Amino acid sequence: MTLLDFARGIGMEIALSIFALGVLWRLFSLLLLPWSKERSVKRADAPSSLVAGTQGFFRHMWPAQTSASMFVTINGYVFHIGLAIVVFGFAQHILFIKGLFGLTWPGIPSTFINIVAVITLASLVAALVRRISNPVTRLLSGFNDYFSWTVTALPVLTGLLAVGHYIEPYETILALHILSVELLLIWFPFGKLMHAFLVFLTRSETGIFYSRRGVDI
Amino acid sequence: MAEHETVGELLARRGITRRALLKYTAYLASVMALAPSASKVMAQALSETRRQSVIWLSFQECTGCTESLTRSFSPTLEDLIFDLISLDYHETLQAVSGAAAEEARLAAMEENKGKYVVVVDGSVSTKDGGVYSTNAGKTNLEVLKETAADALAVISVGTCAAFGGIPHANPNPTGAVAVSDIIKDKPIINIPGCPPIAEAIAGTVGYLVTFGSIPELDDKGRPKSFFGDSIHDRCYRRPFYDRGLFAKSFDDEGARKGWCLYEVGCKGPVTYNACATLKWNGGVSFPIQSGHGCLGCSEPNFWDKGSFYRALPADTGVNGGVVAGAAVAGAAVGAASAWMARRRKERAIEEAKS
Repeated sequence: MTLLDFARGIGMEIALSIFALGVLWRLFSLLLLPWSKERSVKRADAPSSLVAGTQGFFRHMWPAQTSASMFVTINGYVFHIGLAIVVFGFAQHILFIKGLFGLTWPGIPSTFINIVAVITLASLVAALVRRISNPVTRLLSGFNDYFSWTVTALPVLTGLLAVGHYIEPYETILALHILSVELLLIWFPFGKLMHAFLVFLTRSETGIFYSRRGVDI
Repeated sequence: MAEHETVGELLARRGITRRALLKYTAYLASVMALAPSASKVMAQALSETRRQSVIWLSFQECTGCTESLTRSFSPTLEDLIFDLISLDYHETLQAVSGAAAEEARLAAMEENKGKYVVVVDGSVSTKDGGVYSTNAGKTNLEVLKETAADALAVISVGTCAAFGGIPHANPNPTGAVAVSDIIKDKPIINIPGCPPIAEAIAGTVGYLVTFGSIPELDDKGRPKSFFGDSIHDRCYRRPFYDRGLFAKSFDDEGARKGWCLYEVGCKGPVTYNACATLKWNGGVSFPIQSGHGCLGCSEPNFWDKGSFYRALPADTGVNGGVVAGAAVAGAAVGAASAWMARRRKERAIEEAKS
């Protein structure tokens, strides 16, 4: 069995199984926890929880009024949107998803994808540089942050190398690319990448919490 | 034929001129990417040497490899290879049969001890002592070990001999293996393909006969001159791949326009062979040019790498049941941990009350 055979076969099965197990474990264990009783008195003009939660979620999508926050927000958008375009727009990735779930849609020209991937990688590097250079974020950062960054950036880097045939033989870099995606899938539920699911809960919950107390965010 | 006749003498006797030999060696040198001067060296060496003794063993195979070499578009330069070698044993091509054939093999081995080349097509059965493929009362396994013992080198022709091929595919009922899994003490050249390209067989044998050495090989034992580039790298449809223009099925507009066959399962990017450059039937065409994706037949285990029509980026058969089972298990563990947290909270409240 070659490295590529392993990556496309049993490796993918293991990674997807751990991903599914981990994500559902964390979601069920979190959502089925007993909810703390809200003991504060709701303000008279506070909207319903649904409205407050929705408002809170969308408000957090807007940058705060400082230049540092502006950079973090805009750079965050760049690599998040870039990742989405590369993952869901590249014809080869659509074929991968079609193989798993049977879903398919038109791809985006590979030249455009390549440009987006380079911008995404540059944006990820900028995020890392900012994290390291800022004393506050450096102090707050630990293994979870750096490893989550690594498993996010590696598939982009190996994907670019594979598409450009920069490393020969092609099947080796293709295998490394797929393995890097599998590493991301395995780490996803247990690290900060889980925010892809939890961000909807945390931001909405914060919105409801602040709204109830009349805090303007 | 005289007993110790040189190749040059034989060709002269058959009316083949030195110009024809030079043309042939120039052809061999060019397909193997040798220096231009190599053609003269090859012609000189070939004309002065005795014909190389070759013993061709056919094991678990379909004879497609022999057909590839002998039934190619005729007359071809590849035919000349039979003038360069003394094919002392080949079950399909030899006139004699039975005990006389086996005696010819043993006689060639004795006479050319340490100098003959063994060409094998077909995989070797090993299960139950190799009884699933026998000839003249001997298993292929016995014949291979016996014949290779005093050989100069072994050439595994075709994917079955090189990597086990179709007999090696799951469930491999005969315990089929490659020649290299059996023979460990001789130089082995793999010329895989199902079948291999005639020029790759002829060129490699020609190189071995001319220079008396093994051509440069890749990590799978294949001559780099024929297996150095992937089909994808040399494919005339590559520009369509780069532009993201793919046929979605074998009869859609993309297929009619000759777009890239990547999405309908072409394995060209991970297959190393010379099909896209040398092509078949005298350079007329090759599978991709005929509208079908590359099967990857010159790579190990090509038969067991998932469907030929499944695109390369797709998985090779993730078991949905296993993933779904893991998801259910995750949900159950999550629910159980939440339930335990609730129980702890209830107990804490009860203890606080009491």
